[in-house]
Amino acid sequence: MSKDNQLLEELTSREYEHGWNVALETDSAPKGLNEDIVKFISERKNEPEWMLEWRLKAFRLWSKMTEPKWPNVTYPAINYQDIIYYSAPKQSAKPKNLEDVDPELIKTFEKLGISLTEQKRLTGVAVDAVIDSVSVATTFKEKLGELGIIFCSFSEAVREHPELIKKYLGSVVPMSDNYFAALNSAVFSDGSFCYIPKGVRCPMELSTYFRINAANTGQFERTLIVAEEGSYVSYLEGCTAPMRDENQLHAAVVEIYAMKDSHVKYSTVQNWYPGDKEGKGGIYNFVTKRALCAGDNSKVSWTQVETGSAITWKYPSCVLKGDNSSGEFYSVAVTNNMQQADTGTKMIHIGKNTKSRIVSKGISAGKSQNSYRGQVHIMKRAEGSRNFSQCDSLLMGDQCGAHTFPYIDVENSSSKVEHEATTSKIGEDQIFYCQQRGIDEESAVALIVNGYAKEVLNQLPMEFAVEAQKLLALTLEGSVG
Amino acid sequence: MSTAITSKSLSEIIGSFSAAEFPEATASRQQAIRILESKGLPAGKNEEYRFTPITRAVENVFTWKTQNTPTEITSIDPFLIEGLDANVLVFVNGKFSQSLSKIISPENEINVKSLREAFDKDRELVDSYFNKLVSPETDSFAALNTAFWQDGLLVHVPANTVVEKPLLLLHISDAANAQVVAHTRLLAIIEAGSKLSIVEKFDTTGEQASLHTFTEEIEIKENAALEYCKIQNDSGKAYQVINTNIRQADSSRVDTFTLTLNGQIIRNNFAITIAGEKCESHFNGLYMLTGNTLGDNHTVVDHQKPNSFSNEMYKGVLDGNSKGVFNGKIFVRPNAQKTNAFQSNRNIALSSNAAINTKPQLEIWADDVKCSHGCTIGQLDEEAMFYLQSRGIDKSTAQAMMLYAFTAETLNTISNETVKHYVDSLISERLHKNF
Repeated sequence: MSKDNQLLEELTSREYEHGWNVALETDSAPKGLNEDIVKFISERKNEPEWMLEWRLKAFRLWSKMTEPKWPNVTYPAINYQDIIYYSAPKQSAKPKNLEDVDPELIKTFEKLGISLTEQKRLTGVAVDAVIDSVSVATTFKEKLGELGIIFCSFSEAVREHPELIKKYLGSVVPMSDNYFAALNSAVFSDGSFCYIPKGVRCPMELSTYFRINAANTGQFERTLIVAEEGSYVSYLEGCTAPMRDENQLHAAVVEIYAMKDSHVKYSTVQNWYPGDKEGKGGIYNFVTKRALCAGDNSKVSWTQVETGSAITWKYPSCVLKGDNSSGEFYSVAVTNNMQQADTGTKMIHIGKNTKSRIVSKGISAGKSQNSYRGQVHIMKRAEGSRNFSQCDSLLMGDQCGAHTFPYIDVENSSSKVEHEATTSKIGEDQIFYCQQRGIDEESAVALIVNGYAKEVLNQLPMEFAVEAQKLLALTLEGSVG
Repeated sequence: MSTAITSKSLSEIIGSFSAAEFPEATASRQQAIRILESKGLPAGKNEEYRFTPITRAVENVFTWKTQNTPTEITSIDPFLIEGLDANVLVFVNGKFSQSLSKIISPENEINVKSLREAFDKDRELVDSYFNKLVSPETDSFAALNTAFWQDGLLVHVPANTVVEKPLLLLHISDAANAQVVAHTRLLAIIEAGSKLSIVEKFDTTGEQASLHTFTEEIEIKENAALEYCKIQNDSGKAYQVINTNIRQADSSRVDTFTLTLNGQIIRNNFAITIAGEKCESHFNGLYMLTGNTLGDNHTVVDHQKPNSFSNEMYKGVLDGNSKGVFNGKIFVRPNAQKTNAFQSNRNIALSSNAAINTKPQLEIWADDVKCSHGCTIGQLDEEAMFYLQSRGIDKSTAQAMMLYAFTAETLNTISNETVKHYVDSLISERLHKNF
């Protein structure tokens, strides 16, 4: 037992790897939120009138809404007037190419291990880097352009492709959807826009990297992915933030619109700063992610590895509207120290013969609380639909909690739903078995946890899988149950 | 989260209730009324009653002037279980009927009396156990019941006693002439090393609507055992909210079975608190619904101490426009190490107008545990159906055979053969007549 405690001690005292911050000159809005701030943001972004109207409408809606209280997390009330809603690294003009980008910025991303320089073509990933609130660089644009793929920052898309933005913005997550979606709609500062034309298979992974750098700011970005008929895209998202004593708010919205026969794969490795071991600081990660499988035979899959954030509140969902469409959700959520996670998915079956699959693996250690909350709703006309859900929880240490809240609603008699959940710790016999064969305790735990999460990690694109595996080993090294 | 019931209906309820007539438990009644006034009955958005619109029904259907509906019932024969040799305790329209009841067990085995009488004669027991397990705070219908209960039953089994004959509780609503609103209670204490079996039946006669809230508090002491069987085969205009709260002490055992067949809206809040070590709890349920019946089972098993085992199995078959709601919560508290808790909820939908809302829920704060839940919604296996039909069994018989096999294992928690046979005959009747 003493060894366990020692290992746990070691684990809990580990520092957050990406906790540094860079002195970047920023251009910020004053603290607080009112219509003037919304106008300020819109003005800074040189947005057309309709965009400002849309934001103001969202702001007015938001001011009438109240914060949701149902998630299984506790945190002190957020003062929405004490947050800076817009902060951008200062740049004289929009860089034409990478040479013009502030070298400090490039360094920031190099430190994160993300290459913005296009020489490293080997990595084969097109990146849109978002720092604080603004997209700083997008790589591989031209190459993608040849195929008709649009991959750019959201503000650029508003200026250059207003017809697409007008058509799809808010079509999956309406501004009135929930409190944080409304807040995001009012003040979102940037994000990524991705459009895959009919029949095109995107030849490389598209990726957005988010970084909160400035203090006291909230980050509100928006991602919109539109996949036309018969197209395919795999999209990655990663994020980190500096260590700060105060909590920072991150309220993002991701919308995916999938047409007939299209396939969108969205993967996230979320590693926001989780706060220190007493639970001081850390990111509040309140995110709305939703995909609409609008066309027949469309497919969307969400894969997420959640290791960061003080509080996570997110439910990447699929609305399966087209007949034979399918949705998948693969998740590994790890909580440690004082972290709290309330995450899961929603599968709304509307079309006939729609299929969904949920695999959720929760791991809680330290004093953390980890909840799975999910809904499978099979509507009356979704005949012949099928769902399989599996949510397992692994507990390490006797002060953490694991919770499961699945909602299963079925309104017809031709659909099949299966749900199973288990909660357990790493078996002493499993560890004993490994040790007997000369594998030390620590490696045995890593082995077992990796095996436990394998089903999900296998879904990640290769570049991410490596990062995720490292992250998992790092977070849980030594925490023997 | 709930909106208060309209001040009109609340004042109507309070007005229809004459406090002077019910001098017992005045303090808890007043406290419950205060809770009702501030919280009201659960509204549509209330998480616990999201799929069960019983408040709306209560407001629309019932006029609250029916506390003491007169009754003409003189015989309980139609409500008895054939061949069951039992202590029979009868409530008609919320009132305990001494004349219709019959205790056959010797007095040294069991002490049974009306709860109102017990407030006089068994004050000590009542003071230490009454209103301790049920919390009017958590369920507004428990508050409604605590505020306005008309009568109830005290059951006390002394230490080291096996009560040979089961207790048959008949809840009869005579709605022939007017609506019935009844609020009744059960307080049972099974002392250390003793054993008791309870069978409950709910029946409504007549064409009018009935509302019955029933609150049960059952204390099971060290090494004691309870067998509990509830049969809800009520009229199509019956509304029920039943709060069953069981607390187990060290090394005790509970076996329960809940059968829901008929009614308009049937809501069971069933909670087991495992407050001792090395306990065993098996609780099964079966709902076979058709027509417009809504059957709702909310169960909670709360593991507070280490080394216990609980196993929950609820199954449902839904036809017609019926709706099955299930919510099973398993709590494992921080020091309840070495807990094994299992839960399964399986449903078969026969009609495309039937709906199932299920929410199995695990909340675990201890690490050295084994907990799992499984939940399925589906249809009968087509291949098995084909196999039976290919051997000359017609479709409806084949379906009945398959469904019978599906439901059979839930009856394992009933040990009394007569009760089991009766339950079995109800299931067969439902399979052959209605499905």
